[in-house]
Amino acid sequence: MQWTMMTRRLAFAATAATVSLWGASAHGEWGLNLPQPSTPIAEDILQLHNAIMLVCLIIFVVVFGVMFYALYAHRKSRGHEAATFSHSSTLEVVWTVIPFLILVGLAVPSTATLLRMEDTRDAELTIKVTGYQWKWRYEYLDQGIAFFSSLATPRSQIENREEKGEHYLLEVDNPVVIPAGKKVRFLITANDVIHSWWVPKFGVKKDAIPGYINEVWANVAEPGLYRGQCTELCGKDHGFMPVVVEVKAQSDFDAWVAEQQGSAAAATEPAQSDSALVAARETMSSSPPLAAGAQR
Amino acid sequence: MATAETAHHEEHHDHHPTGMMRWLTTTNHKDIGTMYLVFSLVMFFVGGLMALVIRAELFQPGLQVVDPHLFNQMTTMHALIMIFGAIMPGFVGFANWQIPLMIGAPDMALPRMNNWSFWILPFAFTLLLGSLLTAGGGPAAGWTLYAPLSVQGGMAVDLTILSIHMMGISSVLGAINIVVTIFNMRAPGMTLMKMPLFVWTWLITAFLLIAAMPVLAGAVTMLLTDRHFGTAFFNPAGGGDPVLFQHIFWFFGHPEVYILILPAFGIISQIIPTFARKPLFGYSSMVFATTGIAFLSFIVWAHHMFTVGMPLAGELFFMYATMLIAVPTGVKVFNWVATLWRGSITFETPMLFALSVVFLFTIGGLSGLMLAITPADFQYHDTYFVVAHFHYVLFSGSIMAMMGAAYYWLPKWTGHMYDERLGKIHFWLTAIFFNITFFPQHFLGLAGMPRRIPDYALQFTEFNVISSLGAFGLGLAQLLFAYIVIQTVRGGAKATDRVWDGADGLEWTLPSPPPYHTFATPPVVK
Repeated sequence: MQWTMMTRRLAFAATAATVSLWGASAHGEWGLNLPQPSTPIAEDILQLHNAIMLVCLIIFVVVFGVMFYALYAHRKSRGHEAATFSHSSTLEVVWTVIPFLILVGLAVPSTATLLRMEDTRDAELTIKVTGYQWKWRYEYLDQGIAFFSSLATPRSQIENREEKGEHYLLEVDNPVVIPAGKKVRFLITANDVIHSWWVPKFGVKKDAIPGYINEVWANVAEPGLYRGQCTELCGKDHGFMPVVVEVKAQSDFDAWVAEQQGSAAAATEPAQSDSALVAARETMSSSPPLAAGAQR
Repeated sequence: MATAETAHHEEHHDHHPTGMMRWLTTTNHKDIGTMYLVFSLVMFFVGGLMALVIRAELFQPGLQVVDPHLFNQMTTMHALIMIFGAIMPGFVGFANWQIPLMIGAPDMALPRMNNWSFWILPFAFTLLLGSLLTAGGGPAAGWTLYAPLSVQGGMAVDLTILSIHMMGISSVLGAINIVVTIFNMRAPGMTLMKMPLFVWTWLITAFLLIAAMPVLAGAVTMLLTDRHFGTAFFNPAGGGDPVLFQHIFWFFGHPEVYILILPAFGIISQIIPTFARKPLFGYSSMVFATTGIAFLSFIVWAHHMFTVGMPLAGELFFMYATMLIAVPTGVKVFNWVATLWRGSITFETPMLFALSVVFLFTIGGLSGLMLAITPADFQYHDTYFVVAHFHYVLFSGSIMAMMGAAYYWLPKWTGHMYDERLGKIHFWLTAIFFNITFFPQHFLGLAGMPRRIPDYALQFTEFNVISSLGAFGLGLAQLLFAYIVIQTVRGGAKATDRVWDGADGLEWTLPSPPPYHTFATPPVVK
């Protein structure tokens, strides 16, 4: 589509300009702008964000350029006499229509991005994410893997009795593991109150609501650890339930799946009393492990 | 008419009880306005202290000052007190003082109800503040009281619900009074389209209050019955829906946003023409823009909840509708700038506040436009970017407009000029510390810091340090404001009747200070 091309080009130009405005830190790890995107959707959001920033900045400079010129030039102390005009139909029509057109210009790429975000079809792996006070539970529906993921930062660091580690408050015991370069669908819900599952670099934030199953997806190219947090106030330890996603190359992911399933099969007694996990393990034998590059 | 005679009679009849009884029994719009404003200032300091507890905890990573549960109580209470205790009563105070003076009415239309709507408030806030002392502490589910989290809380949530009911009754009664006053008590010749813009914005605000507050009352009542009477409006296990609460809450909550800002627009539209010595540009488009904003405010609520997982069509509708609000809001800003254009401008303290409101509110307005863009909102939602956004709208919009209004009208009300040098110092301290506090929060939000967390990852440290230092400066600067106000009430240079040489309107035709009863004989507007 031609307009998509144009908006892409426009967004790219806007990105370039905004980056130079923000300085080198714009694409830094955690700088002044949104973090470096790791998924196509996060990339689209960043470009959209930069484009809106640029539009806002231009409007701001123009409007307040005029205002500060007036404040300078039309001061009483410079002997400026007040004019008496109080309306101008032409001007009022112009500054109603132009902002409207700018808004239409912003709405077009926003709509396109939103349509891509909401398209959760053709996912290659589905993981159910459940929010609890105050931890996350991940269930690999077709692989029969399930575990809780809780904050790993020790109390002593939180209470300032020990020096804080590099990933203070953004580290967990069991990260959720996904394969690189695959469309992964997350089904998000909650068990008690509302939580929100957010990984900034994925451009994914969705509320985890009891009684609802929300869908989001991510396709992450680069293996690595990606960190985020719960973003909906969920009680006392809302600030202490991070999200950590470990992205592995497909072969490593397959090995991880096999290892999880193997250890589950080998274990005669589950380490923790986790009935859902037990149930998942019992049904596991009937479901095939995810084949490398499998298309469903 | 008989009214002229009796009115003349009453002018020499301004004896009233003294001491405490004067304030308890008064039906005089000036007394009630004063009580509202004093109440608002007290609540501003109470809510401000809570903000400083929050900023003290966030000064460094780790837990130092309060535990997470008390932190959540502080964020919840800070918001409830600032919104319902400081900003709303503050604007009602200005309305009580100014609307009768500006439309040439002797008082509000329903003076006894006026007394009652004020005196509900101290009881409502005693309940709310008292909830901090109950077992389990105060409400901690955020001012939005989202179910099911708010269903979990202790007795404090019930006290909060009760106090919200009382505040709601107070607001609706006050709003009805304002509507009745404006429609029935305007001086001869004061047609609707001749009313000062402050009166217009308050008229529209009053309609928003009447429409929105009962919706909040409904939401919290359903919450109360869910908590105690076995209903399951918001409990999925009983067939209820947690998202329903959010829809109802924000159906109130978005008009509420405009309830908190429209009177500020009115104030700015009074102050700027005075010090530009030029009539307001585009008066009728200002009125239409305000009406347009008020209408749109009822059809955009779900932009507060894009992340709940709405259908695509819903997300698109609320995105487009929200973006539309930028048009009438833009018209207002352009009109203010055009009013300044080729004026004869001076920079007294009220003008400094008004100009900074135009400048800083627009930053909040533009970040609001960014938040309207649904895909981008997924990144901003519930982060410090949102915290920065609404403080740019509510502090540098509503609160700084009220401060400007206080400097603007205090000389008229007290008959004394405030100390211009101190006023300017207060302005610059406020404007500078405000930006130091809240501008870095944009960066924190973009970098990924969620709101309402008592502790944060290390990469957020620097900006939090700056923000906390700014907050303490901002808080201290407000002590100067209280000092200036008290000093002005007690004495000072005599103010002229017109006070400002560019001032225009009925209130400036009265002596400074105005007698206890004014416009007993209605003035005639040309």
